[in-house]
Amino acid sequence: METIIVVGNGMVGYKFCEKLVARPEAKNYKILVFGEEVRPAYDRVHLSEYFENGDASSLALSSRDWYVNNGIELITNERVVDIQREIKQIVTENIGSYQYDHLVLATGSSPFVPPINGVDKKGVFVYRTIEDLDGMLSFAAAIKKENKNPKAAVLGGGLLGLEAGKAVMDMGLEPHIIEFAPKLMPRQLDHRSSNVLQHKLESMGIKIHLNKATRKILGNGAITGMDFSDDSDLNVDMLVISAGIRPRDELAKSCGLLIGERGGILVDNDMRTSDPHILAIGEVALLNGMIYGLVAPGYDMAGVAVEQILGSADSKMESQIDMSTKLKLIGVDVASFGEPFMPASKGHSIVFENKTKGLYKRINVSHDGKTLLGGILVGDASDYNMLHQIYLNGLPLPENVEELILGSSKGEKTAMGVLQLPDTAQVCSCENVSKGDICSSLKEGNCSDLKDVVALTKATTGCGGCKPMVVDLVNESLKAMGQSVKEVICEHFQQSRQDLFHIIKIKKLRSFEEVVKSCGQGEGCETCKPLVASIFASLYNDTANEEYVIQDTNDRFLANIQRNGTYSVVPRIPGGEITPEKLIVIGEVGKKYNLYTKITGGQRIDLFGASLNDLPAIWKELIDAGFESGHAYGKSLRTVKSCVGSTWCRYGMDESVSFAIELEDRYKGLRSPHKIKGGVSGCIRECAEARGKDFGLIAVEGGWNLYIAGNGGATPKHAQLLAEQIDNKTVIKYLDRFLMYYIRTAAPLMRTSVWLEKLEGGLDYLKEVVINDSLAIAEELEKEMESLVLAYQCEWKQAIENESFKNRFKHFVNSEEKDDNLIFVPMREQTMPKQWA
Amino acid sequence: MNTIIDQYQTVSLEKVNFWFKVSPVNVFPINGGLCVKYKDKQIAVFNFSSQNKWYACQNLCPHKMEMVLSRGMLGDDKGIPKVACPMHKKTFSLESGENLNGNLSAIATYPVKIEDNFVYIGFSE
Repeated sequence: METIIVVGNGMVGYKFCEKLVARPEAKNYKILVFGEEVRPAYDRVHLSEYFENGDASSLALSSRDWYVNNGIELITNERVVDIQREIKQIVTENIGSYQYDHLVLATGSSPFVPPINGVDKKGVFVYRTIEDLDGMLSFAAAIKKENKNPKAAVLGGGLLGLEAGKAVMDMGLEPHIIEFAPKLMPRQLDHRSSNVLQHKLESMGIKIHLNKATRKILGNGAITGMDFSDDSDLNVDMLVISAGIRPRDELAKSCGLLIGERGGILVDNDMRTSDPHILAIGEVALLNGMIYGLVAPGYDMAGVAVEQILGSADSKMESQIDMSTKLKLIGVDVASFGEPFMPASKGHSIVFENKTKGLYKRINVSHDGKTLLGGILVGDASDYNMLHQIYLNGLPLPENVEELILGSSKGEKTAMGVLQLPDTAQVCSCENVSKGDICSSLKEGNCSDLKDVVALTKATTGCGGCKPMVVDLVNESLKAMGQSVKEVICEHFQQSRQDLFHIIKIKKLRSFEEVVKSCGQGEGCETCKPLVASIFASLYNDTANEEYVIQDTNDRFLANIQRNGTYSVVPRIPGGEITPEKLIVIGEVGKKYNLYTKITGGQRIDLFGASLNDLPAIWKELIDAGFESGHAYGKSLRTVKSCVGSTWCRYGMDESVSFAIELEDRYKGLRSPHKIKGGVSGCIRECAEARGKDFGLIAVEGGWNLYIAGNGGATPKHAQLLAEQIDNKTVIKYLDRFLMYYIRTAAPLMRTSVWLEKLEGGLDYLKEVVINDSLAIAEELEKEMESLVLAYQCEWKQAIENESFKNRFKHFVNSEEKDDNLIFVPMREQTMPKQWA
Repeated sequence: MNTIIDQYQTVSLEKVNFWFKVSPVNVFPINGGLCVKYKDKQIAVFNFSSQNKWYACQNLCPHKMEMVLSRGMLGDDKGIPKVACPMHKKTFSLESGENLNGNLSAIATYPVKIEDNFVYIGFSE
């Protein structure tokens, strides 16, 4: 049996293993993989997500079990120190030597640290591994304690540098980007697009310094600042160096393989090095005189190496390697493809720029107007997938080429349909999936929906950038095959939420069992059970106590589950108005049960860290003092935020607090497809941020302006004006109709803003339905809402008064003890759960 | 961190040499679960009433190492009975313990028997 040894367990090394074991011949080989890092291969492309969620395991490309199950011996935390080519053997740092028949070097690269005086000072980091990130995090935490406004600089304004900039910003440090060139992302962007990007980043609080050559890093022991060659300087408390990469070719060098002048192991397009038994792939390989720092070419190299070892000598890298990229940098779309900087001698450019909106689009077209040569997109890269395909496949261009980026004069994009692409068009470059692969998997009946296609072809599982295109392709192909694309809930229900809502309503179904017997199959799951519960709630105003085992976890325990499995408690404080007496009660409860307290964004108080066992006792005390459940855990009405209005404010036009309380009391407990928030402002200054809510009211001369379908969150959206200068009664009438219509027709977990976007006819249509009653359902909607309002009960009161719920709030069925796995650590003057490992 | 998860090893029915008596059947919710304390272990026990079956597994979710699986939701994945963790909806087969929607390591499962309306969990020690 021959042995394949892979040195390096990064993204490309992992991809090699994955592609190798996918081949049946792989079982004829012994496969050994060495990784120098502690962890098995993880996704470095999305490294900055580690700052958002602190979860290293979610970056993992595969578990250790995967290697075992596929017959691969993975040895991590062990460096290979020598290659003895004459006896085909490698030597590792601690364990010893291993024989190989085929050796694959996937050692990747390391950050390039320029020889600047002072780079060895404390507080200077590179950005490459999870350990680097951990080091930065703990250093940042330490300097934040000493300094109220700590600053961090990133040396390098390229792609990785900007990623690092986001990382330090997420750590709460003031970010400064230092770039030697006169523009950001010099390798991908032209001057104007770079300017647009800079403008956009600066508006987000990132300080950018161009044309700066760093002369010296200042500080005694730890870094305190940077000194530049133009005699300027900058005070910083931390520095991240992201000035490019250097191939990790030291092993290859020491065993005499041919190396490029500026580093990198020389390979031919069969990925073999100067020793035919040794192959090199990924960022360590020097192919066509270039180091390819992108994942997609690295994955292609891995594929070629697998084929070469398994005996197909014809498998080679293409001579043209596509370096197109699309990414989201600090929330800004940036893409470049083909030849982004085409010289005027080769063709014309069409440029669209809108600096106030942070938009730049450029496409380069051949002189005869027939071929797309490349382009750049900043701010909005939604056209990227299609443009990239046109470029890759040399597709014919429309008569008015500018429509590709500007849309047609009729207002809609001429957007060439995805089905026009040739079958060879590579849709997913990470996994090398073509349009033909996707369409034939559907036509030949191997797949019937998107999920099947993803499972079979692995498309979208790499960087995910091709997802919109794959979704379009699947939908369009199914449509072309005469199948309507149906939204189904899950494997247990072949209906949409709206269909199921009607079935349950007409058949008057009351339990999950009845619903699944009547129109579903199987035992249900975490998708359909909470959805059915939500429909019950909308139809009958069932509280979450009714059939609590089908409720989402927060509804099941009437509290929000937190990071360590404890819960948070939020009593309702309608309109944000609360008496000193009630404030004292909340304080006493927090003290008694040792809870972390924080004011929420919805003008109430959240008490964190309650163990399951304590929930009923905590609520007993709160309810005895006159509080009710705040439904902070439910897909239901949360709060109606208010400003103080004409009660106190000298500008107030109306009593916003009184109206907010009235509305919150009316809709409290109302279950819906997603959470609902409201706001009432007493004047146009809008202190209650009503237009950031699902419904918002602003007092104006002669009544209220009613806005609907706004939200904050991941995709903020201002609410839109539904009606002007209406009185309180009319507000309630329209709100009843709007909310009930939304509850009836929205898909699960769809906020009002997305629902309105998808509603055919949009806001004008909704006005017709709500104000002019064009569907003749207004009376019915109002009646349904009225019955829900009348059926309201505080579900916590229900829960603590019902003896049979006692076991629901115990951690152990056979013991009164609490979960002994909980560890709390101090956080300022309170406590928080220990960080996840 | 490994020590806490190492406590949990699947016990097959033939290996059971001790049946731990938990509580009467009717304490458990229909189609739901509760957590049982046995020595230092936390075991999630589920009453899968719609199939008239009982299952037990470790209460520890291997994703974030929190003691929460007993609070998860029951269901099936193409016929395989499963529980969905309340934290991040990772799902596990109640029969094999396998992670059905990811690459997490399998959870340990334990035999359950019902005798005279009492629930018992099988251990091997």
